Amino acid sequence: MMNNNEIILSAKDVEVKFDLRGQILTAIREVSLDIYKGETLAIVGESGSGKSVFTKTFNGLLDKNGKVTKGELWYNGEDLARYKKEKNWLKIRGHEIAMIMQEPMTSLNPLKTIGDQIVEAIRIRDRKITYSKAKKEAIEYLSEVGIKNPESRFKQYPHEFSGGMRQRVVIAIAIACKPKILICDEPTTALDVTIQAQILNVLKEMKDKYSLTIVFITHDLGVVANVADRIAVMYAGDIIEIGTADEIFFDPRHPYTWALLSSMPQLGIKGNDLFTIQGNPPNLFTEIKGDAFAPRNPHALQIDFIQRPPYFQVTDTHKAKTWLLDPRAPKVEKPKGILELQNLTAN
Amino acid sequence: MKDKEVLLDIKNLEVAFGSHKNRFVAVNDVSFQIYKGETFGVVGESGSGKTTIGRAIMRIHSASKGEILYEGEKINGKISKSLDKKITQKIQMIFQDPMASLNERAKVNYIVSEGLMNLGKISEKERNERVSAALKEVGLLPEFASRFPHEFSGGQRQRIGIARALIMEPDFIIADEPISALDVSIRAQVLNLLDRLQKEKGLTYLFVAHDLSVMRFITDRIAVIHEGVIVELSETEELFSNPLHPYTKALLSAIPLPNPVAERNKTLRIYDKSMHSYDIDKPKWCKLNENHYVRANQAEFSEWSKSCV
Repeated sequence: MMNNNEIILSAKDVEVKFDLRGQILTAIREVSLDIYKGETLAIVGESGSGKSVFTKTFNGLLDKNGKVTKGELWYNGEDLARYKKEKNWLKIRGHEIAMIMQEPMTSLNPLKTIGDQIVEAIRIRDRKITYSKAKKEAIEYLSEVGIKNPESRFKQYPHEFSGGMRQRVVIAIAIACKPKILICDEPTTALDVTIQAQILNVLKEMKDKYSLTIVFITHDLGVVANVADRIAVMYAGDIIEIGTADEIFFDPRHPYTWALLSSMPQLGIKGNDLFTIQGNPPNLFTEIKGDAFAPRNPHALQIDFIQRPPYFQVTDTHKAKTWLLDPRAPKVEKPKGILELQNLTAN
Repeated sequence: MKDKEVLLDIKNLEVAFGSHKNRFVAVNDVSFQIYKGETFGVVGESGSGKTTIGRAIMRIHSASKGEILYEGEKINGKISKSLDKKITQKIQMIFQDPMASLNERAKVNYIVSEGLMNLGKISEKERNERVSAALKEVGLLPEFASRFPHEFSGGQRQRIGIARALIMEPDFIIADEPISALDVSIRAQVLNLLDRLQKEKGLTYLFVAHDLSVMRFITDRIAVIHEGVIVELSETEELFSNPLHPYTKALLSAIPLPNPVAERNKTLRIYDKSMHSYDIDKPKWCKLNENHYVRANQAEFSEWSKSCV
């Protein structure tokens, strides 16, 4: 886990704005985050919380109307936020920071055999490699990600694979470039639970084998308990709580984290209503005053509507942005369901 | 459920696609009953045929063998026009992907009321009234009727899908993975809505999903299906505390637990159907107790049932 605290990527006060027909949308509001070498960091949040947008700034994949307007992104002694040209990004994208997308159906080229798609990735890394050598390597990657009969599968097209198998191929392509950081954007959301568990295992194996740093994006906290060393919870373009997996699940401090944990169907009791978060996420076109979650927060204090809370340190590894952690704040008990998380075990 | 009144009775259902050499049996000899007012769950992985069962009941796919009885009347194959009309009204469906299941070019008003118009003549005024009522019922504002689907979020779209089913005043709703395309926080809202509607209207649900954790919350009984065959059928809590079939156990072990300590120590079970030796000792439908059945051969059944009380 985090025995070495070497920072591989460091984001400082990153702000991302989108121009939508003249209207300015602030998707990321001054987020700072250090990613340590060799860890698996999970970024959790609802759709629209900015978790995908934030990680897209790492490899220059923002849509054309979006820009990093403030802040720094330090990787390998260079500030990625200064990168303007596509040429600069080509050195980073794939080679250093690779990405796995949600939908394996759409991230593969339907007209090329999967073998050729992996060879293509190998050749981008190593221009001089011969086809036969690259093919040999590609077959190795295929068997590593758990595809049986890799030699015959090499010649097949994406439509001949099931969803889970396709996602394995996508992982093989990402690995083939030998990146340092692998960003997985909801890699299992489109898959069955049984397949999901298998893909998570493949990711873990690849991480150990190639000493990857993994950034795992998801909306489902249940999924990350399995893979994450640390968890960052995002809401309305900000990381509102970050800590080790154990700290987030067993000692969450931000009311939004409570709400996210409580609404998991795993905690539902038949006959009772499931917990739901009232209201809607804030409108990012307007400036947010105070704590973005305050209007939906039953525990909101007056100050939550006026001033944006800073990070309050809970432990060395755990901090949260909520005024409830201020020494002057009234004591608020965590919801009961969360205390029961520790007693949840496998059947 | 004191008096178990059978609403839907499925007998030896088989659904096959293609013919001759390309014939593929998606659902093979499936039988079960759904009682009035209950929520019956069908779980299985993709390709197991769970959706096909729902579609066969909806008469989207025709059954190649077997019978589907709704309130004692056979509804598969050739049926009379009046029965057809009744079935289309009484059985409704909610689809998986709210992004794909709503007509992008039609307004909500039309989407929700399309079924009503097909059913017979209805005045403009009554139609509008019923659309507003249906929208209110699912927690949307009546003003939304004049908007297009792209103006809504995923959770709201799924509510429109539910309103479209409700407006027909159905007794039986088939929900095909209604929440798997939604965010966790929205999932809870839609599940609560379905639960509330069931209580208010006495609806019966057939709930199709791949995720057992959701099923535990919403269903009364669950059928586990693998490659077109039901391998285990049980009352929900019984299935969770006493799973017999190895495939059920594999599905249960795949549920992600929101507890990092338990997750680290969890072993993932993988089901391989070659573990069964069904050549001589053929599998049968074995009864463990009144509410719990499993597909096993004699040897397996005696071994599996040893482990439970």
